[in-house]
Amino acid sequence: MNDDTTTGSTAHPVPEAIIHFDRVVKRFGPVTVLDSLDFEVRKGEKVTIIGPSGSGKSTVLRILMTLETIDDGIIHVAGRPLWHERRNGELVPASESHLRNMRKEMGMVFQQFNLFPHMTVRRNVTEAPVHVLGLSRQEAHERADEYLELVGLSDQVDKFPSQLSGGQQQRVAIARALAMRPNIMLFDEPTSALDPELVGEVLNVIQRLAEEHDLTMLLVTHEMQFAKRVSDRVCFFDKGRIVEQGPPEQVFGEPREERTRDFLKNFLDTA
Amino acid sequence: MLFGIAWDTSSQWAFAVSILPILLKGLVVTIQATAVGFVIALVLGLVLAGLKASPLKLISWPARLFTEFVRDTPLLVQLFFLYYVLPEYGIVLPAFMTGALALGLQYSAYTSEVYRAGLESVPLGQYEAARALDLSPRRTFAVIILPQAIPRIIPALGNYLVSIMKDVPLLSVVAVLEMLNVAKIIGDRTFNYLIPLSMVGLIYLILTLVAAAAIRYLDTRLPKRGIPLK
Repeated sequence: MNDDTTTGSTAHPVPEAIIHFDRVVKRFGPVTVLDSLDFEVRKGEKVTIIGPSGSGKSTVLRILMTLETIDDGIIHVAGRPLWHERRNGELVPASESHLRNMRKEMGMVFQQFNLFPHMTVRRNVTEAPVHVLGLSRQEAHERADEYLELVGLSDQVDKFPSQLSGGQQQRVAIARALAMRPNIMLFDEPTSALDPELVGEVLNVIQRLAEEHDLTMLLVTHEMQFAKRVSDRVCFFDKGRIVEQGPPEQVFGEPREERTRDFLKNFLDTA
Repeated sequence: MLFGIAWDTSSQWAFAVSILPILLKGLVVTIQATAVGFVIALVLGLVLAGLKASPLKLISWPARLFTEFVRDTPLLVQLFFLYYVLPEYGIVLPAFMTGALALGLQYSAYTSEVYRAGLESVPLGQYEAARALDLSPRRTFAVIILPQAIPRIIPALGNYLVSIMKDVPLLSVVAVLEMLNVAKIIGDRTFNYLIPLSMVGLIYLILTLVAAAAIRYLDTRLPKRGIPLK
């Protein structure tokens, strides 16, 4: 019943949409985190998600990275269903091998960095290119150095994460994700765990990525000034839905919705 | 005389000196039983930990039940069970092997929990980062999780090694000639229990203190963040 309409409306996702959520529902126990969410990101677009904690913004990224399942609805990434696959013309829940394939589209940067603490900086960046993409050590090595230079850490390659500042660790995490050459980069509050004086260096790296690369970027952040600078579009999330979205000038400058105004006002008051 | 070594009862000191080599022969058996029991506990514990982690209840449940049963029953009961019941079903093991097996079974329940706790001490974020990088589950376990869990597992295993050693005297009830049993036999034959039993206590104290120091040293030397990978 409902399935027919769901598949019907997603058979032809907007061609340029690289990410397409169609009535996606996510529940944690009795709590509905994503409430029939429709959401789209175009190829190359830089989209920032803002909103109060618990509004489901991180969940959007975690679902895309296949760290969380969905309860209903359908998601397309690069034209293919993410959590489903077609078998004999029918959509069935995705197998692990399908998810492995889909993950190649995306890279993720976590709030807590999640670097591998027992590996050197370089090994952190080369591990997946060697063992997932099948690069030779030499190729992976060169690729790692290229991305570590991009994030300004060429001189730290042999150190362990614990020997770096939080900001440096997060930059390594960015290089590690980029080394897989994903089409989509997901940033989950990349500066929330950092001391204030270290936030700038990470944001600068992300901003440069946004300006110089045609990566599709999806960011969850509380850094409103930064969101204003890098985003093509800002989405305000509340209670598992998009309350308002538009160009940063509009959402920050003349928010249409009461809830957006309240959030931004509270945010500026406490910030 | 025991093991072909005679004792000298002319004075307490001479007696102590003369029975020391006999007790040390018993100590060798104690150490052998400890080693065999520990190896069984290490291997079986790993198997149990793997089974208990299975998402299939049909697999995890019996392993849990076994762990619970073994932990909640006295070692001596298990030992008697193996020693007196198994032969009725045609399984006859030497007393030493029966004893070592009982120790290994008992401690496998504990080591399986050590493995589990060690693996669970690795933060969830490590699994998530590995998944986001598309590393296979096997690669994730071998290169991301295990190297971080091992330094947390080893000291706890060391403590159980010492515990096993201290439980070996229980094997004397099935006539294994470990150190306490040897001391008791010397006492029976010389009517002097004070010296051999005191010496057993002293030897145990020395062994335990040395082992504890070794574990502490090992603990300080283990890389806290995991086995380094370049």
